[in-house]
Amino acid sequence: MTETFSIRKYLRDLKLPFCPGCGIFTVMNTFLRAVHELGHKDLSKFVFCSGIGCSSWIPSPYFIADSIHTPHGRSIPVATGIKLLRPDLNTVVFGGDGDIVGIGLSHFIHAARRNLDVLVIMVNNMVYGMTGGQVAPTTPFGTRTTTTPYGSFEQPLDVARLAVTAGACYSARWTTAHPDELKDSIKTAIKTQGFRFIEVVSQCPTAYGRRVGFKDVGEMLKWLKQDSVPIQQAEQMSEEESANKIAVGVFVQRKRLTLTETIYKIIEEAQRSAK
Amino acid sequence: MKTVKQGTYFWQGNEACAEGAITAGCRFFAGYPITPASEIAEHMAKRLPQVGGIATQMEDEMASIGAVVGASWAGAKAMTATSGPGFSLMQEFIGYAFMTETPCVIVDVQRAGPSTGQATKSGQGDVMQSRWGTHGDYSAIVISPNSVQEMFTLTIRAFNLAEKYRTPVIVLADGTIAHMREQTIVPPIESIETINRRKPKTEEKAFFGLEEIPPMPTVGEGFNVAVTGSTHNEHGIRFTADPTVHRRLVGRLNNKIKNHVDEIADFESYNIDECQIGIVSYGCTSRAIHEAVENAEKRGIKTGYIRLKTLWPFPESIIKKLAESAEKIIVPEMNLRQMFYEVERTANGLAKIIPLNKIGGGELITPEELLVKVEDGEE
Ligand SMILES: Cc1ncc(C[n+]2csc(CCOP(=O)(O)OP(=O)(O)O)c2C)c(N)n1
Ligand code: SF4
Ligand SMILES: [Mg+2]
Repeated sequence: MTETFSIRKYLRDLKLPFCPGCGIFTVMNTFLRAVHELGHKDLSKFVFCSGIGCSSWIPSPYFIADSIHTPHGRSIPVATGIKLLRPDLNTVVFGGDGDIVGIGLSHFIHAARRNLDVLVIMVNNMVYGMTGGQVAPTTPFGTRTTTTPYGSFEQPLDVARLAVTAGACYSARWTTAHPDELKDSIKTAIKTQGFRFIEVVSQCPTAYGRRVGFKDVGEMLKWLKQDSVPIQQAEQMSEEESANKIAVGVFVQRKRLTLTETIYKIIEEAQRSAK
Repeated sequence: MKTVKQGTYFWQGNEACAEGAITAGCRFFAGYPITPASEIAEHMAKRLPQVGGIATQMEDEMASIGAVVGASWAGAKAMTATSGPGFSLMQEFIGYAFMTETPCVIVDVQRAGPSTGQATKSGQGDVMQSRWGTHGDYSAIVISPNSVQEMFTLTIRAFNLAEKYRTPVIVLADGTIAHMREQTIVPPIESIETINRRKPKTEEKAFFGLEEIPPMPTVGEGFNVAVTGSTHNEHGIRFTADPTVHRRLVGRLNNKIKNHVDEIADFESYNIDECQIGIVSYGCTSRAIHEAVENAEKRGIKTGYIRLKTLWPFPESIIKKLAESAEKIIVPEMNLRQMFYEVERTANGLAKIIPLNKIGGGELITPEELLVKVEDGEE
């Protein structure tokens, strides 16, 4: 790589809307670094879909690229329509935990089951950031949020593991305190076929950190780093021990026939026999 | 068999709708099973791959219309089909397609509601939902076929309007038309008009404004199009607080339909200039009007009618014309008054508007029932 990385090359000349210290900056930066290191001078081989939420603003309209900013939770269906017609385009979905596995959960599972050839990058800030810090399907048990003033009484979803069960070809989890591992993971995922999922556990200082008692962003990042354990290690732990840990690493990497491969074969045969 | 050839067919309404779509150039279908619309999905599943298209069943109706929106931005003419419960689930995305100017066709084969209602029985209860179903300021284009033949021809028209005006178009069918079989004539294919969306030239950048109907790029062609359902300027950049940008965008989106009512509105009319009694009818209910009018005339009652082939935008001028000559206008509907109010509003006291309503069991309003109304002219 001769050219140095310049994030501006990929971004429209617009002011970014994220709060200071938000983990979304890291995800955006890391993704574009990965794209750069893969040798893409621009984003013309990509199309982006995202729903509603702070995290869904990553590509739209900031990336100089085709981007579709869909209704809340519906980025994966829109990506399905695009990918089926344009198998040649790298279709990447960005979204928050609320968007992807709250309102959009069914689409997520079905896309993995079908092995839709897209990459889904989910920013898990464990909260509904944009709407002011309400409980999310990923909020740790007992956490006080604006809609759980006495503490969350539900168990959070382990999304990276769910993706494996649903049929994903690639599933990984990192945090914003692991930018290098995250970048490598994104590079691998872009080059892999089939349904690919990357969960990034991230800090939302405004709607989460402040409320649960973190002094500043540095403290949140320290927490993400210290509480992370590699998957192999997490698997050796008792349920109690691993309860408050974040298992990071690659959960699955495998090959399966993709949805587009199967559908295009059917079309070819149907066209031949209809002649 | 690839695309359908000129000829006479004995089709089911849903089959005619699917063949109409394919003839119009539809190459993507996504849907979720529901009576009485499922045959459209089944027929598309069989036929689309034969013409190089894609048909897929999704996990629900939101996903179905979402995939259709994605396919449209990937350059395809795309359609979904459902009935009342699914149509309700699609409403958020219909507004999204309107706001983002995404051409697509949504078929709602009406059944008796609310809720699961009488799933296998026909109805006309979604007339107002088709107009006002999504939130916000919106204008709808809604087509109303009344025969298997029109399930074919008007589905083609739905695609043409969607492509021309860059907006979602709803085909508001009903269980009766969808499930009946009738002779359907496919004219010479070259004689069928098909309209395709206007694509931008390489140097063009404004895909959401400047012109009344801006050109629409396809993803993956280097236009870097930013599509959003949030209020945006002509370049697709979000402006979520600026009142001027919102007024300009939403104003234009509504005006591009309002300013072309005469071109969009389609109806059949008979004797509206010199009738005592008028009928305004649409969909399966309108199949009773010819016989009723004939018998009324035999009894010396001068009768005229307007049969709406598009429901929205509402063709006010023709309704006014009827109201100027007729003393009374009967509005037969398989619901508890929906279009009635629109006719009453438009007639504005020039004629007395008389409802004729029937719901349940999919029972149609008969020519006899209509004739009784024409004769006694009472509510
Ligand atoms: C159908 C619908 N319901 C609710 C909302 C309101 N809403 C906007 S963003 C959001 C949650 C976003 O949470 P997440 O996806 O985790 O994104 P974050 O802001 O945390 O990055 C909600 C509920 C909406 N826009 N649409
Ligand atoms: S509310 Fe939270 S997630 Fe949203 S931009 Fe601010 S810090 Fe980031
Ligand atoms: Mg969130």
